[in-house]
Order: sequence, then structure tokens, then C-alpha cells
Amino acid sequence: MAGIQFDGVTKRYPDGTEAVKKMDLSVEDGEFMILVGPSGCGKSTALRMIAGLEDISDGELRIGENAVNDLAPKDRDIAMVFQNYALYPHMTVRDNMGFALKLAKVDKAEIDKKVEAAAETLDLTQHLDRKPANLSGGQRQRVAMGRAIVRDPAAFLMDEPLSNLDAKLRVQMRTEVSRLQQSLGTTTVYVTHDQTEAMTLGDRVAVMRGGALQQVATPKELYADPVNLFVAGFIGSPAMNFFSAEAENGKVRLPMGEVDLPQDLSGASGKLIAGIRPEDFEDADLVGEHRGSGFEFEAPIEQLESMGSEIYAYFKHEGEAASSDELSELAADIGGGDLPSDAHGRAVARLDPASEVRQGEKARLWLDPARIHLFDPESGHSLRTREKEPA
Amino acid sequence: MSERARSERKLAWMLCAPAVIAMLLVTAYPIIYAVVLSVQALDLRFPDEGGFVGIDNYVTVLTSPLWWQTVGNTVFITVVSVSIELVLGMIIALIMHRAIFGRGLVRTSVLIPYGIVTVVAAFAWFYAFDPETGFVNALPFVAEDMAWFGDRFSALSVIIAAEVWKTTPFMALLLLAGLTTIDEGLYEAAKMDGANAVQRFFRITLPLMKPAILVALLFRTLDAFRVFDSIFVMTAGSQGTESVSILGYNQLISRLNLGLGSAVSVLIFVLVLLIALAFVKGFGTSVPGREEEE
Amino acid sequence: MQRGTREYTLWSIGLLIVVLFALVPVLWLLMLSFKTPDTVSDGSFIPNAWTLENYTGLFEGGFESPLLRPLINSIVIALVATTIAIALASFTAYAIARLDFPGKGAILGGALAIAMFPPISTVGPLFDMWRTLGLYDTYAGLIIPYLTFALPLAIYTLVAFFREIPWDLEQAAQVDGATPLQAFRKVILPLAAPGVFTAAILVFIFAWNDFVFAISLTSSDASRTVPAALAFFTGESTFTSPTGNIAAAAMLVTIPIIIFVLIFQRRIVAGLTSGAVKG
Repeated sequence: MAGIQFDGVTKRYPDGTEAVKKMDLSVEDGEFMILVGPSGCGKSTALRMIAGLEDISDGELRIGENAVNDLAPKDRDIAMVFQNYALYPHMTVRDNMGFALKLAKVDKAEIDKKVEAAAETLDLTQHLDRKPANLSGGQRQRVAMGRAIVRDPAAFLMDEPLSNLDAKLRVQMRTEVSRLQQSLGTTTVYVTHDQTEAMTLGDRVAVMRGGALQQVATPKELYADPVNLFVAGFIGSPAMNFFSAEAENGKVRLPMGEVDLPQDLSGASGKLIAGIRPEDFEDADLVGEHRGSGFEFEAPIEQLESMGSEIYAYFKHEGEAASSDELSELAADIGGGDLPSDAHGRAVARLDPASEVRQGEKARLWLDPARIHLFDPESGHSLRTREKEPA
Repeated sequence: MSERARSERKLAWMLCAPAVIAMLLVTAYPIIYAVVLSVQALDLRFPDEGGFVGIDNYVTVLTSPLWWQTVGNTVFITVVSVSIELVLGMIIALIMHRAIFGRGLVRTSVLIPYGIVTVVAAFAWFYAFDPETGFVNALPFVAEDMAWFGDRFSALSVIIAAEVWKTTPFMALLLLAGLTTIDEGLYEAAKMDGANAVQRFFRITLPLMKPAILVALLFRTLDAFRVFDSIFVMTAGSQGTESVSILGYNQLISRLNLGLGSAVSVLIFVLVLLIALAFVKGFGTSVPGREEEE
Repeated sequence: MQRGTREYTLWSIGLLIVVLFALVPVLWLLMLSFKTPDTVSDGSFIPNAWTLENYTGLFEGGFESPLLRPLINSIVIALVATTIAIALASFTAYAIARLDFPGKGAILGGALAIAMFPPISTVGPLFDMWRTLGLYDTYAGLIIPYLTFALPLAIYTLVAFFREIPWDLEQAAQVDGATPLQAFRKVILPLAAPGVFTAAILVFIFAWNDFVFAISLTSSDASRTVPAALAFFTGESTFTSPTGNIAAAAMLVTIPIIIFVLIFQRRIVAGLTSGAVKG
């Protein structure tokens, strides 16, 4: 087992485009690291560079103590789970899982023992002599995992391994992957575009965009203290609401009204972008004892989506929409229109299911000023983390 | 059955009828007719002597050393040329598939032999090896007075070379098509599993290409078995280089012995049928024409 | 893992060998066709004395010339056979790709069997039948076997192409207000055209290439095609060897096909392989 270090690693294609730009990242021994970002952000390329399937144009990549830039994949002691599983269609499950060991000239009995042990863990024992074509999607996925496990490698690399499963199975396998990684304790780098997967699986999450790392942090930090507009908008579902704002003398003017700035941001001033997560709003009638510590406002509810355990209330606000190059890029990056705070002055609040707000009527909403995020509209950096960790 | 389904069937059959009838008329009917001719003594040079002779013509053919020599030649040409083509075709297909540059150039070049009329190709090779006009004998390590077409083995070698040259492109293209159906991810997975290039070829590429290889082999084997044009142009069957098709032609058209010639035709048909059956057995489930499962 | 110069060198050598392998015999024939009768036997690859007489000689005497009639025969026969074969194959392929009916497998299987059929086995019976029917040594006598033996190739190629056509578009066009005929003409036909064209090229090459039927079912320049004519070439006089003329004639029938093949190479490759892989 070993850690993985990216040291100024760059991937440059012959036409000059850079898929990964001077990436510095340190994955600790035994850590579960997630690479997340929209498609084309370079996360898969980064993973494939670890695997040795892509050449490294610049910088150094180390697995354990050794620079592996020039090592062939087979000499890197890593196993990979591919998005489409890449199971050998002409081999049985047993042969698929034992292929690497067979190539490594491991003793036949030893291979059988390892394959059977892995099959046992993954509940594949009764399918060992089938061909991949005769397996269900979930079973194929488990064979792909099994193929990685039997090798007992220094690190697992997983490239969107769950994306070909249906929603229910995906949640199930997510738990499975997490359990396996914990019990094996093997360093794992996992690529996904799904921020929910990233937040639930990883010890730490590295958010990438346009080939550059944005922030590397635990899921909790990422959620609480996003370093820039991109991370703030990308992490969390529904996404964070953005408002144009102006700060002055410890107060910030939002479309809904003037709110006291949280303590650590009291020095902010000038035109800014404020970000408020949907879950930091609440139906004012349901807040209870904290009601006094927050800010109350009235807003017309345009649309309600009841999810059972919560209600998404889309409300209208009067201010102009927050505008920033960063924001429009973000919207484009994550597929446009995905940001609830679109140009029409709409925002979303996540309310307790007990709320009795009605579609088409005005409602009294409450927000927690301590949870407001402020961003510089030019650079997109968060004012809270700007000093600590320049992106 | 619904009215709609019934009318769909009717339409389908009507659409297929012309092609099916044409194919039956020019293949099935003649082969039956050939069987009928083959049991008669029918020599157009002596039209008056005729009549039913039973299996006499077959006995004559099957007991003649000439027939067995031509079968031997045909099998020899088929086996040697198809084997060489398979290896060369595979190399060319791999080159095209893994092209660093010049993929278009390779494809363009190999299509030239494909596009050339077989008779023309035969002439090209004939004139190249002909001691009088050729340049081959002027090459180093070749005897200046080597009479390539004066000896059975060397003549067959040139014939095989011409066949290989003309048809390797077809083999290569079929194999390339098979190669491109293999998921690139499998090679990556195999790399991660520690397989080197040779192991990847033998453990991933070859097994997964089995259907494509069998199809290519089937087509080329049956095609090579019909070898006619090259031999006709280069030796016209002299020096014991006749193939079964040349023998059939000589009996039928040159000697106008329709009875004996038809017996040869029927026997060739049976041989081709046997080869095809052997291949279909080798195909197992992946018979062409049947939908392949994913 | 940088791709080294060594790899490039090896690759270039491989490339060169393949290209030489493909081109040398054709170039040899080309060179031969420019040699004068005196130098035709000198064994040198590049002619020592160049001439165009081998070409001009082929057409001396108009219709009595050695090549003009066969050339016309070849073109007409191949074109007619191609047209009919493609028409018949299109009907069949449409039915197989689009309609549900019993016997589909039998037709495809039968077509495959015919693709493997030894033509020499039908030569005798056809020779006899054509003489009785008066088709011996006529265009029709060659067109019929050509189109039949080309049908399997055409059907397989067209079925593969037709299966790729998004037929839903036909309905979409009808919803958009097109009549069934308009939908077919404006939507389906343009989509099907490349496949039909590809199949036509392959059938044409097949018919152009044939030799067995051409020498068995013809007896004169009235219907003899170029490959057959080449085999029966004699020199301009009994004293000159026809080598130069044959080489020139060979180049004349080869060059148009090569140009054709090169222009449509993508289509041809797709056509040749589509049937075999998906078939």
C-alpha cells in the first residue's frame, strides 16, 4: 500500500490543449480520495495518468516513494475499475478475476483461493463460471471490483464505476464500495461527476474544473467553506442560491433586505455575490426558539416541489440576478439552468415538510445570516477562505 | 394473425421474389441440371453417341490420376495462400489499426490490388517472372535463367504469390473490421492486469477476433478453392498446375464433353459444400446470417 | 512512455514495405506498357526506350481493333448487371431490414450459400442452356450470371446499411406533413443513397473482374469482355509478341477502377466489411 503524489503534473495534447494543468495533489496511504468535476474537467485524465494509460507531459507522479512517470501500467502495482467494466467477454468470471494473477504467474491453487475469497466477499460465488454477457449490470460491476481486489494492489483506481447502474443499484453499490474500501484499507482514487457520490464516499474530495484543482478538502469542509463560486455551486443539491449583494459597515444588502454580516465577514464591503444554501432558509413559523437570531422576509412562492422528507419552495425576489463571469461559466459547466437563482430573480428554499406555505401565495421565510457566503464577483473567490487558501 | 401482419408478409415476399427467383434460376437449377448431365455420355463433338451411363462419368473422374492431381494442386494453393494471407492480412490490419501516421496511405495502397482485375494481376506477375520479359531473374540471388513456369512447384509458387497479392487486402480489411469491434477498454484493463503486448494479442485480440477470423477464412478459402484466372493466364494448366476449376473448364468448354465435365462440376460443388460445412461447424454459434448476441 | 524515434522508424519501415508490396506489380505492368517491342525483353524495371504505341495500337482499326469492342462490352454488361442487381437487392434488403416475415433467415442463408457457390459448377449447364435459348455469346448471357452472383454481396451490404437508417424519420416526416411518397423521397432516399451507391460500386467491380463466365459463355468480340479478350490477345502480327499490348490494355482497364476505388475508398471499405461483421 502506498500514497500517491502529483507534483506539478501536466497533461498536454499534441494540439497544445492542456487537460490537466500543473496538478499538485497528495493522496495519503489508505485514503479514499474522490476526483469530482463536470465532464471535461480533467479528472479522468488525471486518473489515467496514475494508471499509466496516459503519458505525463510535465511534472512528477509518485506512487509510494517511487516516481512512476516512465513505468508501464503493469509495473505500477495498481488495479483499476473501468466505467464500462472492461470485462473480457470471452472469459468466465473466474478467469476475468484471475487474469492478472495468471499473467503474474501466480500458482494456480493460490489464484483459485484468492478469486474464491473475493467472490465470497462480493457475493459472486455462484456466478464464477458464467460469462460476463450472462450477468446483470450489478453483477458485472461486482466482477470488475473483484478483479481489482484479488490483486491486492497498492492502490485502487475507479473511473465512474457506478455510472452505468440504475439509480437504486447505484446507491446500494455506493455503500458496498465504501464498506469494501474501509475493510481493505487500500488507497483509492475514485473519479465521478456526481457530487452526491463524491460527498458520501470520500475521505477527501478534490474538485476539478478545466484541468485545474479548485479545492481539496473533506466533504464537510467543502460544503461549509467552498473556496470559490464554482465549488459553492457545484457541491450541494439543490445548488446554492446566488444573489447580488452590497456590503457596508457590517451589514449586507440582499434583494430580500438588509442582513447583519456574520462575525468573520464583518469587514466586507463593496459589490459582492452572496451565496445562501437552500437548507439555510426555513419557514419562519417553524424556526422556533432561534427565530430571533435570524432574518425574516416575505416572498411570493412560485412553485413547490414536495419530496416527502422536505419541500423545495421556489420563491421570487426583487433584486437583480447575481451576475459574474464565473457564475455564467459555472452554469454552462454544470449543464446550464441548473442554478436555481437564474436571471429571473428566483431562488429555492428547502423547507421542513411540516411547512404550510402554498404555491402562488406569499410566505414568511427565515434565513440564518451566519451561514451566508460572500464571493468576490471578479475572481469568484470566497471572502471567507480567500486569505487561508488561495485557489 | 392480424390483417396488417398478413399484408406485411405478402409485401415482403413480393419484394424478395425477384432476387430469390434469379438466384435459384442461375444456381440451383443449373446444379440440378449438372447432375442430370453428369449421368449421361454427352460429348458435343460426338453428338450422336449419348444416353444414360449412370455413375460411369464419376467413376472415370474419381479413378483418374489427373483429377486427384488437380485436387491436390487446388488444396495446396488454397491452404498455402490462405495461411499466408491470414498472417499478412493480420499484420496489415494491426498496422492500420495502430497507425501512428499514414493510415490513409496504407489503406489506399492495399486497395489497389483489390481493385485490379484478377486477370490483369495475373499478367503482371506472369510478366514479372517470365524469363524473357521479367525483371525478377535480374534480381540478386535469382538464377538468371530460372524458368519459373517450367516446373510445377515454382509455377505454383508464382500462382500463389499472385493470389496472395490480389486478395490479402480483402483479408486485411475484414480483419481490421473485426479488430475495431474490440472495446479499447479491454486493452487498458489488460495493461493494468500486467499483460504485455504479445500477451494482449494472444489472450485478448485473437480470442475476441475468432468470429471475424473465421468469416474471413471461410470466404477466402472458398474463393481460393475456385482459383482459375491466375492459372489460366500463367500456365493454362501446363506442367501439372491444373486446378479443379481449370479441369472443369477444359472438359466442358475446350473438349465440349458435357457429361464428364458436369461430373467434375458436381464433384467441385460437393467439395465446396464439405469445406463450408466444416467451417460452419467451427463457427459454433456464430454462423454469419444469424444475429450475433451482444 | 514517450514514443521514441525507434517506434517511428519501425513504423515507417513497415509502412514502406506494405506500400511497396501493394504497388510494385502494378508499376511493373505500367512500365512494361511503355516499352518498345525491342526493349520489352530487356528485363529492366524502368523502360530504356519509351513509347505510347502499345496504347495507340489497341485502338487502330476502330471496331475491328483489339480492345474497343471488348471495352464497350465490359462497360455495358457491368453497368446493366449492376443496375438490375441493385434494384433487385434493394427490394430484398428493404424487406429483410424493415419487414417481419417468415423466410428471412432462409433468404439470408441462401444468399450466403450462393456467395460461396463455385461458378465453374454452373458453367457447363449454363453453356448448354444458353446455346439452346440463344443466349450464348450475347450480353444477356453474361448479365444474367453476373447479376445473380453479385446479388448476395449486394443484399448483405444493403441490409447492413438499411438497418442503420433511422426509419422513424419517415414517420416524423409524415407527422410534419409529408405524404408517404414525399417522406420516402425526401428523407429515406437521401439516407439510403450512400449505401446503395456503395453496393453498386462493389457489384460493378465484381462484374468487371469476372473471367470464368466471360471466357466460357462467349466466343467472339460480339460480347467478349476485356478480361476474356486479354487472354485471347494475339500480337498485331504473328511475329510480334503481344506483351506490350497486353500490358497497355491491362493498364487501361485497371486505371479507371483504381481511380474509382481510391475516390470511394471509405465507402468500399465500409461496404466490404459491414456485411461480414454484422451479417
